[in-house]
Amino acid sequence: MANNADAFVEFDRVQKSYDGEQLVVKDLNLSMPKGEFLTMLGPSGSGKTTCLMMLAGFETATHGDIRLDGTPINNIPPHKRGIGMVFQNYALFPHMTVAENLAFPLQVRKMNKSTQEEKVMRALGMVQMQDFAGRRPSQLSGGQQQRIALARALVFEPELVLMDEPLGALDKQLRETLQFEITNLAHELGITVVYVTHDQTEALTMSDRVAVFENGRIQQLAPPDELYEEPQNSFVAQFIGENNTLEGVVSEIKGDTCVVKLDSGEVIDAVPVNVNKVGERTKVSIRPERVEVDTAKLGPDAHTLKAEVLEFVYMGDIFRTRLRVAGTDNFVIKTRNSPDQTKLTPGTTINIGWLPRDCRALDA
Amino acid sequence: MSNATTGPYNLTGVTPDTGLKVGQSDESGPVLAADGTSLKSSLNRALRKQKMRALLLIAPLLFFILVTFIYPIGEMLFRSVENQIVGETLPRTVVELADWDADVTDVPDAPVFSALTKDLMVAVEEKNHTRLGSRLNYELSGVSSLFRKSGRGVDDFGEVYTDQFVALDPAWEDPATFIAIFAGERWLTANAAYDGEGPRPTFRLAPGVEDVLPETARMYADFARVVQVEDDDNPAEEDPWNAVYLALYEDLSAGAVIPADFPQAALLTQAQDAVATFDTEDLRAQFVEIDEDWADREVWRIIQGYSAPYTAGYFLNAVDLQQTPDGVAWRPENQQIYITLFIRTMIMSTAITLACILLGYPVAWLMANLPARQANLLMILVLLPFWTSLLVRTSAWKVMLQREGVINDLLVWIGIVADDNRLALINNATGTIIAMTHILLPFMILPLYSVMKTIPVSYTRAAKSLGATNWTAFWRVYFPQSVPGIGAGSILVFILAIGYYITPEIVGGTKGVFISNRIAYHISSSLNWGLAAALGAILLVIVLALYWAYDRIVGIDNVKLGG
Repeated sequence: MANNADAFVEFDRVQKSYDGEQLVVKDLNLSMPKGEFLTMLGPSGSGKTTCLMMLAGFETATHGDIRLDGTPINNIPPHKRGIGMVFQNYALFPHMTVAENLAFPLQVRKMNKSTQEEKVMRALGMVQMQDFAGRRPSQLSGGQQQRIALARALVFEPELVLMDEPLGALDKQLRETLQFEITNLAHELGITVVYVTHDQTEALTMSDRVAVFENGRIQQLAPPDELYEEPQNSFVAQFIGENNTLEGVVSEIKGDTCVVKLDSGEVIDAVPVNVNKVGERTKVSIRPERVEVDTAKLGPDAHTLKAEVLEFVYMGDIFRTRLRVAGTDNFVIKTRNSPDQTKLTPGTTINIGWLPRDCRALDA
Repeated sequence: MSNATTGPYNLTGVTPDTGLKVGQSDESGPVLAADGTSLKSSLNRALRKQKMRALLLIAPLLFFILVTFIYPIGEMLFRSVENQIVGETLPRTVVELADWDADVTDVPDAPVFSALTKDLMVAVEEKNHTRLGSRLNYELSGVSSLFRKSGRGVDDFGEVYTDQFVALDPAWEDPATFIAIFAGERWLTANAAYDGEGPRPTFRLAPGVEDVLPETARMYADFARVVQVEDDDNPAEEDPWNAVYLALYEDLSAGAVIPADFPQAALLTQAQDAVATFDTEDLRAQFVEIDEDWADREVWRIIQGYSAPYTAGYFLNAVDLQQTPDGVAWRPENQQIYITLFIRTMIMSTAITLACILLGYPVAWLMANLPARQANLLMILVLLPFWTSLLVRTSAWKVMLQREGVINDLLVWIGIVADDNRLALINNATGTIIAMTHILLPFMILPLYSVMKTIPVSYTRAAKSLGATNWTAFWRVYFPQSVPGIGAGSILVFILAIGYYITPEIVGGTKGVFISNRIAYHISSSLNWGLAAALGAILLVIVLALYWAYDRIVGIDNVKLGG
């Protein structure tokens, strides 16, 4: 990945330590083309915000190079990097009006008054907040403040915009509206966005690519669909979406399928993702919605498992059923509320199965 | 994206105030509670218990503040205008003097001196005349000794009349004669029964006697009271003062009508027939003989001028003014000190406040931005001065700043200052400013720190990411948000400074003392509490005015002592 010709933002073997004893970011390599919307996703403490702060210039990398448009920026102070940034708590200056907040980056760039006004109004127009130019941030709701923060990060027309959990403090409905607006705006303006969040739905719906962070490393960097359907390791499988995990040992590998003998004795088919040899321990991952209750729909040689229905939850568009399968009580399946679907009764025993390609044998 | 329904004000669905809107939309009159009473009174009833409990909880503090804060301030304000001592000590004189016009007659006429004789007699026996003397001495020097001297001679005044009454009939020498005329029945019984335990029964005049012999009755009542209270003696066994005879002479010669059934009527009638032939005594000459100041118009003018129970004199004095016959005027140049002191107090307090801002701001910033461990250490260092006595710290500055002190030695050693030209750093304004800045610095740092602590680092970061240099980010984004801390610190430091007393006293010399040092002087040395109270009241008004101005200019909402 390093030194990609068309890379706009590039992390090259970057490491970061705060105390000289522990690495918060371990050997980070990342390269993103111009115009990409990339999300850094991960639990708190995984190093994603540190990466963002290094890119913005508020933290210095302990080792490695960060390049912006081919130029190393390690020694460029933040105010000369020309990177727009949206903060988690908005960071709108409380003593300035909305218009003054937006004019601030233009003033420090010594633009003349009329240009300033024009750009401020255009930026406010982008987030439909023209009527609020004279207000103080404290007179705005959270969603409105977030729009202003976004407009302020865009008003000086940066090519790269960083967003640090910008929607974290908003309620669900507003968050979804703003997710939509931010992605649209980013694509309309053709800006490159690095977006940090711990909300996987946000990451999946907004991004061109998602980098899943764990323990200071990128666990997987892929487009959302690939990330969801083809997780590369069990952390990603667990972290993204709901996931069922069964533990066992690889008993046979044949080309692009393998057979896993579960700890409870049953045998299932799976796609070997990062298992290499027979006898290796593995965690098998199956998405709840890929589990088939009507085993007749599966191929003749498909392995099936017995399952006892423990709990049935009616969720409107879907049914969520908890089963006891192969010794685990936390096996969840989701079925669509379609006319032919039967409601499973707790206490009954059924057969379940899945296509081998939906079942991924990952690291233990 | 750009259609209006996605705008922030067009969100549909249930919001927390949906219920409120519904509640308002279909009710036109006042909202009623479930039982039909008005919702307001229902709410009040529900909250009454809470309010009562809150009131009870703050009651001890409220009481404490009333007793220890509001009341003393009220007392002080009262003292600054209160002037009852003249009217109380010289009640007769004040009345007689009311008609006197200094521009017409130089010195009041005989009735005033007669009244003064009687008043002074009582005052001397009650030891009040020296107090009155010192009070009036604030207004005209020399009055104190005038009263003291006169007090020693006044008991002989009117002796001429005593002698003539006794010569007329020896019965006038007998205290029993007076008791028979003036003492009331009930007092007589109580006095006879008095066994020496507890206070003596309060003397009461016989009914009607005041109508026949008004002056004498009043004088005798004063005499009896003084004898009982001051001397703890029985008036029935004491010879009346000369002043009583003087009053009797006046009453009789003024044509008192003695009823036939009046006690000792025969004796009184006989005396009344004789008084016309009595030798008289020129009381005015007597007074002037003791001290010729009694012939001075100014003395009488002062007594007359301060005979009202309330006076603006203390306040005039506190701003270097005085009451003259031609109205309010400046005091003589060499007596004007208070305005200079007020101005100096203001200027130096401002200087101290500015110095505290300059020194305290970086420290507070450092404390707010260092990791917790170092910040705590720094905080301890800031608070360290509070652990030592103010007096010790101030005295330490004396050691540091004096001519042969540490700082001068250092400067000489470095070679900045010549040995024969050492800096005068103490016993002047410089010393006061240095020492007080040090002492008041924590009061600036603490509010600044607590405000800075609440300014998130993301503001400066945001400013920098928007292209601001470090300085711009500080000056345009960080500093405006720390202003409430500066405001709070400045108010604290300034108000503490203008009332400061110990430090200027020790290191201030003559050029570096504050108005409070003068107040302390009047409280403890000159004992002119009225003037001290007036100065204090002016100081209070100045502080309130500054507070008001601050509120108008900066806004008191902009003062924060913490998050």
